[in-house]
Amino acid sequence: FYLTPPQVNSILKANEYSFKVPEFDGKNVSSVLGFDSNQLPANAPIEDRRSAATCLQTRGMLLGVFDGHAGCACAQAVSERLFYYIAVSLLPHETLLEIENAVESGRALLPILQWHKHPNDYFSKEASKLYFNSLRTYWQELIDLNSGETTDVKEALINAFKRLDNDISLEAQVGDPNSFLNYLVLRVAFSGATACVAHVDGVDLHIANTGDSRAMLGVQEEDGSWSAVNLSYDHNAQNEHEVERVKMEHPKSEEKSLVKQDRLLGLLMPFRAFGDVKFKWSIELQKRVVESGPDQLNDNEYTKFIPPNYHTPPYLTAEPEVIHHKLRPQDKFLVLATDGLWETMHRQDVARIVGEYLTGVHHQQPIAVGGYKVTLGQMHGLLTERRARISSVFEDQNAATHLIRHAVGNNEFGAVDHERLSKMLSLPEELARMYRDDITIIVVQFNSHVI
Amino acid sequence: AAGMFLRLLSDVRWRAANPKWRRMTCSRRSTSSTAEPHPVPLPAQAQVVICGGGIMGTSVAYHLSKMGWKDIVLLEQGRLAAGTTRFCAGIVSTARHASIELKMADYSNKLYQRLEEETGVKTGYVKTGSVSLAQTQDRLISLKRIASSLNVMGIPCEIITPKQVAQLHPLINIHDLVGAMHVPEDALVSSANVSLALATAASRNGVQIHERTSVSHVSVQKGRVTGVETDRGQIQCQYFVNCAGQWAYELGHSGEEPVNIPLHACEHFYLLTHPLKEPLASNVPTIVDPDGRIYIRNWQGGILSGGFEKNPKPLFTEGRNQLEIQNLQEDWDHFEPLLSALLRRMPDLEALQIMQLVNCPESFTPDMRCIMGESPTVRGYFVLAGMNSAGISYGGGAGKYLAEWMVNGYPSENVWPLDLKRFGTLQSSRTFLRHRVMEVMPLMCDLKVPRWDFQTGRQLRTSPLYDRLDAQGARWMEKHGFERVKYFVPPGKDLLDLDQSKTFYKPDWFDIVGSEVKCCKEAVCVIDMSSFTKFEISSTGDQALESLQYLFSNDLDVPVGHVVHTGMLNEKGGYENDCSIARLSKRSFFMISPTDQQVHCWAWLKNRLPDDSNLTMEDVTWKYTALNLIGPRAVDVLSELSYAPMTPEHFPSLFCKEMSVGYANGIRVMSITHTGEPGFMLYIPIEYALHVYNEVMNMGQKYGIRNAGYYALRSLRIEKFFAFWGQDLDAFTTPMECGREFQVKLEKGMEFVGQEALLEQKQNGVYKRFTMFILEDHDTDTDLWPWWGEPIFRNGRYVGKTTSSAYSYTLERHVCLGFVQHFDEKTGEELVVTTDFINQGEYEIDIAGQRFQAKAKLYPFSSLFTHRRRKDEVELSGYQRE
Repeated sequence: FYLTPPQVNSILKANEYSFKVPEFDGKNVSSVLGFDSNQLPANAPIEDRRSAATCLQTRGMLLGVFDGHAGCACAQAVSERLFYYIAVSLLPHETLLEIENAVESGRALLPILQWHKHPNDYFSKEASKLYFNSLRTYWQELIDLNSGETTDVKEALINAFKRLDNDISLEAQVGDPNSFLNYLVLRVAFSGATACVAHVDGVDLHIANTGDSRAMLGVQEEDGSWSAVNLSYDHNAQNEHEVERVKMEHPKSEEKSLVKQDRLLGLLMPFRAFGDVKFKWSIELQKRVVESGPDQLNDNEYTKFIPPNYHTPPYLTAEPEVIHHKLRPQDKFLVLATDGLWETMHRQDVARIVGEYLTGVHHQQPIAVGGYKVTLGQMHGLLTERRARISSVFEDQNAATHLIRHAVGNNEFGAVDHERLSKMLSLPEELARMYRDDITIIVVQFNSHVI
Repeated sequence: AAGMFLRLLSDVRWRAANPKWRRMTCSRRSTSSTAEPHPVPLPAQAQVVICGGGIMGTSVAYHLSKMGWKDIVLLEQGRLAAGTTRFCAGIVSTARHASIELKMADYSNKLYQRLEEETGVKTGYVKTGSVSLAQTQDRLISLKRIASSLNVMGIPCEIITPKQVAQLHPLINIHDLVGAMHVPEDALVSSANVSLALATAASRNGVQIHERTSVSHVSVQKGRVTGVETDRGQIQCQYFVNCAGQWAYELGHSGEEPVNIPLHACEHFYLLTHPLKEPLASNVPTIVDPDGRIYIRNWQGGILSGGFEKNPKPLFTEGRNQLEIQNLQEDWDHFEPLLSALLRRMPDLEALQIMQLVNCPESFTPDMRCIMGESPTVRGYFVLAGMNSAGISYGGGAGKYLAEWMVNGYPSENVWPLDLKRFGTLQSSRTFLRHRVMEVMPLMCDLKVPRWDFQTGRQLRTSPLYDRLDAQGARWMEKHGFERVKYFVPPGKDLLDLDQSKTFYKPDWFDIVGSEVKCCKEAVCVIDMSSFTKFEISSTGDQALESLQYLFSNDLDVPVGHVVHTGMLNEKGGYENDCSIARLSKRSFFMISPTDQQVHCWAWLKNRLPDDSNLTMEDVTWKYTALNLIGPRAVDVLSELSYAPMTPEHFPSLFCKEMSVGYANGIRVMSITHTGEPGFMLYIPIEYALHVYNEVMNMGQKYGIRNAGYYALRSLRIEKFFAFWGQDLDAFTTPMECGREFQVKLEKGMEFVGQEALLEQKQNGVYKRFTMFILEDHDTDTDLWPWWGEPIFRNGRYVGKTTSSAYSYTLERHVCLGFVQHFDEKTGEELVVTTDFINQGEYEIDIAGQRFQAKAKLYPFSSLFTHRRRKDEVELSGYQRE
């Protein structure tokens, strides 16, 4: 079974999306030129999600990748809701009041976000009312709490993450009279999702990360070469600080059972996540909710199963770690990606491949004849070879697609091998997950001219 | 290697032959010695200051000084011939499409040939000849067209077979060739040394040359050049010549009064090799392989080969002034397609060793033609730049024409295609230039087919109806930045792709335009002609009338509401502009000229109208949308829409009236169509444009109205023998020579510009005559179509060239317009052309080497004027703009 190059391309490009920040009068005032994003499923259906939006009532742009587990419900909910929570957290008091008054009097609402979505990135219609009510409660509390202080981005991000996770938990506990919604909020709460979100406003870049997705900055050195700077820490067993944190939060007696086989309680890879109430709620609460819940939930072995050595919940938090970075002219792009990418590629290679892609090919080490004796024929051979090597660059109009092509198709020499690419993409559904994970990538390009 | 190469090309031995030189300028040897001699101080004033010591600047200095102007200073920011001139490939090629370019190249070739003898400076001139290859039949047609032009100009030139090509060059692979053109007189030179030779001769004639002196800006007072500011002080001058090459744009913008010189640099690469084992003979011809996008010349026993790639690299968009062009980066990956083409053409070169890949920026212009002439806004500010990588071929001729222009007030040839005033501020956006030159540079090698339209820098100026027309299938072309409709593709019908539609034969739109023409003849069509240049000239008293009577050849003292067709002539009686002027009131006139006259006509009138605050001229081009309602039913449509009788009794021909159309008032309606067909031009204030268009289309429905484009218009006007300015008419054509004496009122009781020349012509006869040719044995379906520039033969002898052509759907024949001259059979002297001379000849038109019989006519077919309204009031003149 063999896929032709056009077939490979149609698979790779099915979910690609690009957005260019509009220019005005040729003067680009945004520090973001635009972004490319794409995802390649391994699970069926894919459990990764992505979001991008421009804040309309404050400045800045939000971008995020979300890696779901135990289903996609939680990742879907977070991808729909998190940016609203962040945007609301950032809003000044007057705007919040204005919005509340508009809702109160039934007037049209100020738009808060402008979404940049691929047609496949859907919003759940059924839950919108429920989600909206939770969000409104949040901003009403913010209005009541009015501290008069200007909003700190870092704090806003942390609050938004925590609040959303709290709402997810509460909605599941309260339930909903509508049986479909009732089942939905439970699925959201019992599944989980990591989130890696960037907020870019001028030269201020904030990364809020919960879980094991990753943000990486592509930096162009003075000699034109590319290097990678991590802007997030993975929350998993490989991160000593994270293991340390978990141990600190629980009694000494649990130390041995907390992390087993590099997993939280021997079960969960990420050490921080949205949802996953099985790692957050008390056993009593879990039992009560499952028993009173719909039959589908009751029949599900996973939801009924209580993690071993479950003594002092919560074991899991959605609180993000936030890193602030001031953009410099040499910071050319940002890559947000789920662990599906980082498992297969080193960040240094990611930086180089995206960097070379974005700047075109001429940063491939140029050839100089210098004092060497080179014949026209030799030169011609060399150039033809170089051209073949870079031709894969031209197949892609999207940096994220280009990166996926490399992630899936690279051979041991770091070049895209079509045969390998074809094999990897034609794996049957049930096998695909064994060879690769869902991959979701957002590549944000910065405008060095305004930085 | 770079340094060595530079020395080779600019090896300077000329100073020995010119001991005076050392005294006049700082020593060129300053690089090798550390001590910089004190530069000679700049003079406080001069008649002319030339900026730029490349081939253009030195050629202008050479020719000005030859013509007797002595008080000239040439300033060079770095050293002489150190910019593009030093790097350029040194090929002198006369194989050019446009006749003015061909003439410049031919003159340059002849000048360079004798330059060494004249100056004692070695120029490296070698007459190698050139061979242009054709890989396709279309390319061969293109070459044959050039060959026809070269032959009638007396430049030896031959179309040869691939086998003959192999005999001319030892290394060439001919298996993919269908033919070639051999021009044996083409030459190679060391371009830097040509430039230095010109400088030497100029300095002997008294021109002062100062190197290492940069011009910071040009001072202007009251619209005239008064001097230049340099980094070494000020020079007062009357004339300034901007020959700054790729820096010309920036220099033009450096002063308080900007001068727009639309050019932009692109990187240009060529390869130098070590000598072959058996070095090439020094006279082996230069190979031009346009289908492979490359040229190959002999260089020091090895080869020099470069080309014009499909994906050029524009540079210096932001403007980066640097003293001399530093050796830019070599880019082998970029050169790869050209190298492949080279090795395909000459496979034996594989083993040849590379010496260097030279990166030499060249400046390109928006229409692939160079920029010459006086600024429309600053008098005394002349420009010569933007050579589109043909600087050496044009250098001599271009310098000569510009010098004549400055000394005599006009050059000896029609240089309108090169005139700076064909551009305005609208072509000076850097984004526009950057995008356009990326299209222009590959065009150097692309096939030049009829009716080519640029694809970049479009949709800049549009009519308010643009979207409406576009939605109805309009296909567009551009003139002076304005989008104009070529024709409308009916729904459901598809035309070929852009690339496939390139043809020298019958085009795919033939039937589409045919049906538009038919509709113009039988019903009514509407053509958006908003691009026309429109001026309003008015005064408080009689100043407007008096000035216009002097500047225009026809009598403008007509009753209010009349439209007059008239030429705007120069002193020699030649057309500077051809326009229609409506007398709106006693004291105000509405003037309509061709689209590309916007800058030229404005400058011409501004410079000649009296400086009187009571006399005003306004450019109202943008204020009016112009709709041309052509056809016998136009009168019905308009009278229904205006509730006014539009019949000839109420609205005679050549009449202008402001009236209402639909709800809109103040529409200037003129009973002219520029085609000889019945109908009206509507000048509509733009806010009413959509309304009036909708009304006309709705009302016109029952009369069979449809949209039409400029191709239909052209077919109509050419079959009616209407000349248009810029194509048929130019500054060297008088009304007498194109049968328009009736548009000149020699007895209008008042002197006008050109009157004397016309009176003399009336008395002594004319030396060329505008003539209409109907092709006889030409098969529209299978034969090559005429375009323009085809040689005309009378009784087997060359008598002139065509200026435009079109298929006449009425005559079902091709019609060519062109000028016939009369050369004495023995001496070649130009003789008076009489009516008998025209009528008593057997004519042939040469299309790419194939001759077709043609019938000559001096008057249009009267049978075509079937809708004549009043016998004496037929609109016998028009001017179409293409």
